[in-house]
Amino acid sequence: MASITTHLPTSADKIQREWKLPDKGTVGILSLIATESALFTIVVVAYIYYIGKNLNGPYPKDVLEYPILASICLFSSSGTIIMAERALHKLEMGRFKLWWGITILLGLEFIGATAKEWYDLITKDHLTVATNMFGTTFYTLVGLHASHVIFGLFFLILVFLLTLKGFPIHTQMRRVLFLSWYWHFVDAVWVVVFTVVYIIGK
Amino acid sequence: MASIDYPLNHPVAHEKEFSFSEWLFSWITTVDHKRLGILYIGSALAFFLIAGVMAAAMRLQLAVPDSHLIAPDTFNRLFTMHGTTMVFFFGMPIVAGMSNFLVPIMVGARDMAFPRLNAFGFWIFLFGGILLYSSYVIGDGLSGAGSAPDVGWFAYAPLTERAFSRGASTDFWTLGILVAGLGSLASAVNVIATCISLRCPGMTLIRMPLFVWLMFVDAFIIIMAIPPLTACQAMLLMDRYLGSHFFDTQAGGSAILWQHFFWIFGHPEVYILVFPAFATVSEIIPVFSRKPIFGRAAMVGATIGIGFISFGVWAHHMFSAGMTSVSNTFFAASSMIIAVPTGVKIFNWTATMYGGRLRLATPMLFCLAFLFQFLIAGLTGVMLAMTPYDWQVTDTYFVVAHFHFVLVGGIAFAVMGGIYYWFPKVFGKMLSEKLGKLHFWLFVVGFNLTFVPMHWLGFWGMPRRTYTYAPGRGWEGLNMMATIGAGIQALSVLVFVWNIVHSLRSGAEAGDDPWDAWTLEWTTSSPPPEYNFEKIPVVRSSRPLWDLKHPQDPDWKYE
Repeated sequence: MASITTHLPTSADKIQREWKLPDKGTVGILSLIATESALFTIVVVAYIYYIGKNLNGPYPKDVLEYPILASICLFSSSGTIIMAERALHKLEMGRFKLWWGITILLGLEFIGATAKEWYDLITKDHLTVATNMFGTTFYTLVGLHASHVIFGLFFLILVFLLTLKGFPIHTQMRRVLFLSWYWHFVDAVWVVVFTVVYIIGK
Repeated sequence: MASIDYPLNHPVAHEKEFSFSEWLFSWITTVDHKRLGILYIGSALAFFLIAGVMAAAMRLQLAVPDSHLIAPDTFNRLFTMHGTTMVFFFGMPIVAGMSNFLVPIMVGARDMAFPRLNAFGFWIFLFGGILLYSSYVIGDGLSGAGSAPDVGWFAYAPLTERAFSRGASTDFWTLGILVAGLGSLASAVNVIATCISLRCPGMTLIRMPLFVWLMFVDAFIIIMAIPPLTACQAMLLMDRYLGSHFFDTQAGGSAILWQHFFWIFGHPEVYILVFPAFATVSEIIPVFSRKPIFGRAAMVGATIGIGFISFGVWAHHMFSAGMTSVSNTFFAASSMIIAVPTGVKIFNWTATMYGGRLRLATPMLFCLAFLFQFLIAGLTGVMLAMTPYDWQVTDTYFVVAHFHFVLVGGIAFAVMGGIYYWFPKVFGKMLSEKLGKLHFWLFVVGFNLTFVPMHWLGFWGMPRRTYTYAPGRGWEGLNMMATIGAGIQALSVLVFVWNIVHSLRSGAEAGDDPWDAWTLEWTTSSPPPEYNFEKIPVVRSSRPLWDLKHPQDPDWKYE
């Protein structure tokens, strides 16, 4: 194939026309998720490292209850946010608002359940961050995750309010997509946290 | 955004007359990657001078035995602040500054992917540095006299717990670094997105200049390595202020977990810091040998290899902490393995020079010294990777000699070479060659006079971080030598600063391409206009400017 034509450069126009690169926002949000994963990894490792190293109670097996309902809510919110996105793509704003609102309610239910759990642990079982290693690592890991949920909820609610006010949210499809990726990430982290805290650690 | 044609007579911002406040405002509010790059490197050099003065003070104290020039607790603060500043407020902003200025121009883009995030990154880094240094004034709390952190640059917990480290100085260390780490993350995300999404037409990944490749991989290491540091800093703060027990051995916490978490960050950090040096050398050596880099693909492969392996070697900093022999063996082996891709690089740089027509201008001189000194640093690194050997010399001056050969003999030399190489592009003026050569020779002599003797001091048992030593142990001569060397280094840095000031005022005009180089940054004017390129270039090979200069023999024929 060593014909003379292989030695000719493709024309600059042709290179330019065929030049396609990934969207920078996509790369940015994926980098953010990667760096967040590293953060969670370290805190999870710390949790696992300190399982069973308590010098005094309360112990996880005595005080922890499975947050079944909250987990179902959080996991299904990943589904509802996808439904909301599909509606947005078809420009069906009513259905978008409905599914988006449900996503927010599910997230709020999760945070509410965490708040209840913490309230009970602190007031009834007298477990604080200073009580023992379980308290130290439990509040750190679950709290880190919960703060991510709150951060996500803040933006979910922001989008919801903007939409209610009549902002043309379909012009920001990419940003909505990135927000939903972040939300999926927070859900995925809960799979790990749930496994480590409520199954392995109990 | 591929090819917007700007009008040729587009007004260039720096040609306008500005009042001082307008000028200041324009620098504070800038989102231009070139200006942020200059700000990063300017503040890095300022921190470099401060930490250098601290080093000089410590060398003066250690020049003679039983010296009482500096009090012991002041000495502890000096080595803590020296190390912390050099790593987090000189090395890190050098990474961010060089990649900020050069990566977009080298890939043919008009700015970084997220310019405002970029500006945020710079300012939060700078405030981190100011926060750290404000401990000198308010470190004991507002009522106290004030003192800087004195816990060493890796601040082993539990020594940093409230019981052992009173006052607020440790918190200044923790928060200053935590905040600066956010800045590093912002700039790393930017570099990744710029390299992936903003390359000019025709610049495939493999055609990216090696400089860009190294900064690209460096950014990946940063986004994976900074979070462990952030996490353990947060745990430390919780221990100190919320009463948690992560590092509290009285309550079941671990005395060793901090070491693991810190070095999971700390060892990749070494590669984060050294990659700009590799990047600079990979650009300068080919241009000054008049040959394309030897083994481009191998260089890229070695870079990625180092990136991965760097996350699997951390515990070689902890051989003396009493790990199991399995961990000791694993980390000894992995640390030796990482010498392989690094060796590939050394061989390729040497092979690039082999048979080349060498021009011994100042940038090249610095790179040659880098090769020799970094090789020695690598060899002592392999020595230290052997567990039993490490047990003998750990926490002695041998280790100090080793990492100063990496950080000064390697990184500082290459970075200074890089400054001589790219200064004409940044400011449009050449740095003086005469002063440059004086700077170089003083620095080589001073550096080696300081740090070569420290290997022997280590063999002979002189522990690091002691503020003085008793006479009659055979350490006097070598310590005096090291101090004289430090003086010569200080002199050379003064020559360097004078060279910059002098050349900024009355340096020779550089022109667009003073070194007859091949990468895209030399196709635009010096200093580059705000928009970098009037027309986004289209490239066909890894040396686009060579193709342009040699239409009869372009690179794309062979790639």
